[in-house]
Amino acid sequence: MTTTSAVSTLEQVVERYEPVIGLEVHGQLLTASKMFCGCSADYIGSPPNSNTCPVCLGLPGVLPVINRVAVEYTVRTALALNCEIPEHSKFDRKNYFYPDLPKGYQISQWDMPFSRNGHLTFLVDGEEVRCGITRVHLEEDTGTLQHAGDILQQARSSVVDLNRAGVPLMEIVGEPDLRSSEQAREYLVRLRQILVYIGVNDGNLEQGSFRCDANISLRRRGETELGVKVEVKNMNSFRAVQRALDFEIVRQGRLLDQGETIAQETRGWVEAKGATISQRSKEYAHDYRYFPEPDLPPLHLGADFVERVRAGLPELPQQLVERLQREHGLSAYDAAIITAEREDARAFEALVAAGVPAKAAANWLMGEVARLSRESRTPLHRSGLGVDGLAALITLVEQGSINGSTAKDLLDELYLPGGDPAAVVRERGLAQVSDQAELERLVDAVIAENPAAVADFRGGKEQALQRLVGGVMKATRGRADARVVTGLLRERFVP
Amino acid sequence: MTLARDQVAHVAMLARLGLSDEELERYREQLDAILAHVDRLQRVDTSGVGETAQVGGLVNAWREDVRGECLPVEAALANAPKRRRDHFEVGAIQE
Amino acid sequence: MSHPTVADLGASLRRGETSPAELAAASRSALESLASLNPVLRYTDELAERQAARAARTLAESPDTAGPLCGVPFAYKDVLCVEGVETTAGSRILQGYVPPYTGTALGRLLDAGAVPVAVTNCDEFAMGSSNENSAFGPVGNPWDPSRVPGGSSGGSAAVVAAGAVPFSLGTDTGGSIRQPASFCGVAGFKPTYGRVSRYGLIAFASSLDQIGPFARSVDDVAQVFTAIAGHDPRDSTSSPTAVEPVEEQLGRGVEGMRLGVPHEYLAEGLEPGVRTAVESALAELEKLGATLEEVSLPSTSAALSTYYIIAPAECSANLARMDGVRFGLHVDRPSLTDTYLATRGQGFGPEVKRRIMLGTYALSSGYYDAYYRKAQKVRTLIAEEFDRAFERVDALVCPTSPIVAFPKGARSDPLSMYLCDVLTLPVNLAGLPGISVPCGLSEGLAVGLQVIGPRFQDARVLRVAHAYEQATGWHAEQPPAPPAASAIPR
Repeated sequence: MTTTSAVSTLEQVVERYEPVIGLEVHGQLLTASKMFCGCSADYIGSPPNSNTCPVCLGLPGVLPVINRVAVEYTVRTALALNCEIPEHSKFDRKNYFYPDLPKGYQISQWDMPFSRNGHLTFLVDGEEVRCGITRVHLEEDTGTLQHAGDILQQARSSVVDLNRAGVPLMEIVGEPDLRSSEQAREYLVRLRQILVYIGVNDGNLEQGSFRCDANISLRRRGETELGVKVEVKNMNSFRAVQRALDFEIVRQGRLLDQGETIAQETRGWVEAKGATISQRSKEYAHDYRYFPEPDLPPLHLGADFVERVRAGLPELPQQLVERLQREHGLSAYDAAIITAEREDARAFEALVAAGVPAKAAANWLMGEVARLSRESRTPLHRSGLGVDGLAALITLVEQGSINGSTAKDLLDELYLPGGDPAAVVRERGLAQVSDQAELERLVDAVIAENPAAVADFRGGKEQALQRLVGGVMKATRGRADARVVTGLLRERFVP
Repeated sequence: MTLARDQVAHVAMLARLGLSDEELERYREQLDAILAHVDRLQRVDTSGVGETAQVGGLVNAWREDVRGECLPVEAALANAPKRRRDHFEVGAIQE
Repeated sequence: MSHPTVADLGASLRRGETSPAELAAASRSALESLASLNPVLRYTDELAERQAARAARTLAESPDTAGPLCGVPFAYKDVLCVEGVETTAGSRILQGYVPPYTGTALGRLLDAGAVPVAVTNCDEFAMGSSNENSAFGPVGNPWDPSRVPGGSSGGSAAVVAAGAVPFSLGTDTGGSIRQPASFCGVAGFKPTYGRVSRYGLIAFASSLDQIGPFARSVDDVAQVFTAIAGHDPRDSTSSPTAVEPVEEQLGRGVEGMRLGVPHEYLAEGLEPGVRTAVESALAELEKLGATLEEVSLPSTSAALSTYYIIAPAECSANLARMDGVRFGLHVDRPSLTDTYLATRGQGFGPEVKRRIMLGTYALSSGYYDAYYRKAQKVRTLIAEEFDRAFERVDALVCPTSPIVAFPKGARSDPLSMYLCDVLTLPVNLAGLPGISVPCGLSEGLAVGLQVIGPRFQDARVLRVAHAYEQATGWHAEQPPAPPAASAIPR
């Protein structure tokens, strides 16, 4: 018996229907120059149309020339995603008219891409999910458009900037193996992480160097046939991807409940409305009329080429996670967090190399440093203190020269401007009070001065001990080791 | 094979060629005749024959990832029929 | 002699009898007197002045470094980009377009010190066989101005035939150098595909286009070819193999060479005058010591169909950039789509539109396999047939065109125009080098002999042509003096 309520929730929808999601990711490659000409691939911030040449402007008479490193980066990515690299591949022309496409065609890859049949494995709620990778191929990016009034549908005119036209763009097509928005999100997080790790993409969603489109359909649970596919675009953050997909699941589920057919269309996510909006326009359906690019000879990527790229593949996140557990005894949980960003993993290894114990390094990075990095919007490797300063600071704690609380204060102070922690400790006399006799004297003093607390503690109130510890800390202006003090106090009360 | 008028109109639109009704009919006739001739290709036996997209026999023509010179903005925009400051300008994209 | 060769002019310059500026001025004058033939679209006075001065300096200060083309005037087809010079591909849609860069082939000629004097008229976007498709008026044949000079490089052929410049540059996609050379009684050479860089050539059909020279003698053709040929990193389809030196091949004659005569090229369809002239030429080659044997290229009858799928398909994409946004004609409309439709509808001529539509159709969904893919397979067959023939013979000899120059307006039906190129376009499909040299007259109109060689045997092709030319002297025939400006209607 079907519920035809028009207000099914997400949970209700997914009880009845299975979402089938495939993601398409476009990533700009970190090459020096564009895909087919020598203009810079690093165009962000360039004044309009200042990063162009006759080739990427698509002037009459020009010809493209393939950027070899872009091909290598694509093969590198394909290998990191466990893909096959066919020996023969080529570029094709994808023909359509749009003002940001100077030649009236995009040089892309159609039926003989650089790679196929890979997979990406990741965890969702502790369970392993494996998503197939259909293909990874290479093409050129388009220019950018700005619409008068910023809304395409209403703009009476638009302006074109071709700085971005021709930047190498890698397209990663995932199989429709994802079954929820959480899986989609985790897929993207893992994929982005890999691309950053292998140095081919900077993973920046806001600036658009890492873009994602989704294809989503619903089918009744138990069915094997696929439902009507809807394409969703314009999701500029991982959160937006998750929200947009959940919205679509509900939208499609409600329609199906009412016996409606899902329109096969492209919909754009509108963040402000929390909804996807149909982008159907009077534009004629695209017939891309793909044919082999006659200006570019085909490619033969033999075993030597592939093996050379494979040998140059940097360590992948999963390999690093396993190695950190093996070599440094980190827990799987800590290893996963430390390796989420490659820079953090590098920092961890640098700290350990500088003599910091692994667990301490992990704790500092995941705790105080992560907080400061977020608050100051400055990652450790760009901070004034840097890895070296942090290593020195943690070493001071490990040696017992300063206590944890002093160290945290110093970190806050020196993080952005930098400085030599040992020198600061010396100059300001921040060194921890560790002289046993001195501590005993202070403990005796605080016991003598706080009879009420002593009585409370004897009476069973644990917090009373903390009041006594606090008293010693105050007397030493925070420079005692709280653990040692606590230990000494407890000894006093052993019957 | 007879080429229908709406097929020609569709092709003209794909190629963004604005044609009058009279032109549409004229081209329909001419293209029809040309295609009738070209259709003799179907009689050629090409079983087992590969496609030649390029006669050159070249492979792996590529360049190193080196930056070259860009055009100055003025040169890039010098031929622009419609310009707004340093951008190319176009009309309403959505109708 | 009123029609000096490159060698003649070079000698004159070195003897101090004339200067590059004087030669340029003389050419310009001669071109102006050809106005009724309409072979010139614009003059490149500033560039000519600069180049002439530069050449004069070289000849005076370091004559040992001056090559054979230094100081020699020439004209080039309106599809070759030169920085700062209006280039329109014979089309309204590029009127006023000034490229910000110079193409490689022309750049090499400029580096060699040659002096460009004018941009020649051509069929729009190099599409045509009569130079009647130019947006700027048709061109007349110097031998009979009421007739066509051939196309698409009609202007380039005419100015050399009329003796106004010793050489010119044209382009050949399906015969557009060889056929006008044949119609105008001059030498016209299409190098092996990939021998000359296409960077700077406004593309028609990317896998077929090549740039090549027109001149009055094979010697001059060889000089120009040597100057422009060779690998260009900007053109990924240009061959990295070294260019075989041509000079040493010329003058070796054809004694002992095996020359193939393709049976299908001398079958029906040849005008009687053409047949007679070509058969005499073949007999002459035998007299010179070559062995002639018949070969068969059975797929010849399918070549036209193959070409008229592949070339339009490629051009439909190559011409998509003419959209009124960054350069060229812009017909303003409120919406972008209407701008595209009006600009391209008004900016392109009928032949160009026909080919764009033909190509778009052949690539479109549902038709790609039957048309484009099929044509690419037949292309393989055509290329393989040539390869097999070249296992038995060193080169092929045959007519360039089944007909001589026809009257303007005589071939208004598109298909009848396409048939002009049946003997030239298979050569482009296979990427082979081919030349046309004059081999006689038929009722006062020039007939061309075509020599075709295997890929990269450009020198061998020139050698055969040179031997024939030197033995027969047809290249010394000249059309009547240019008609007075008012006398001949267009």
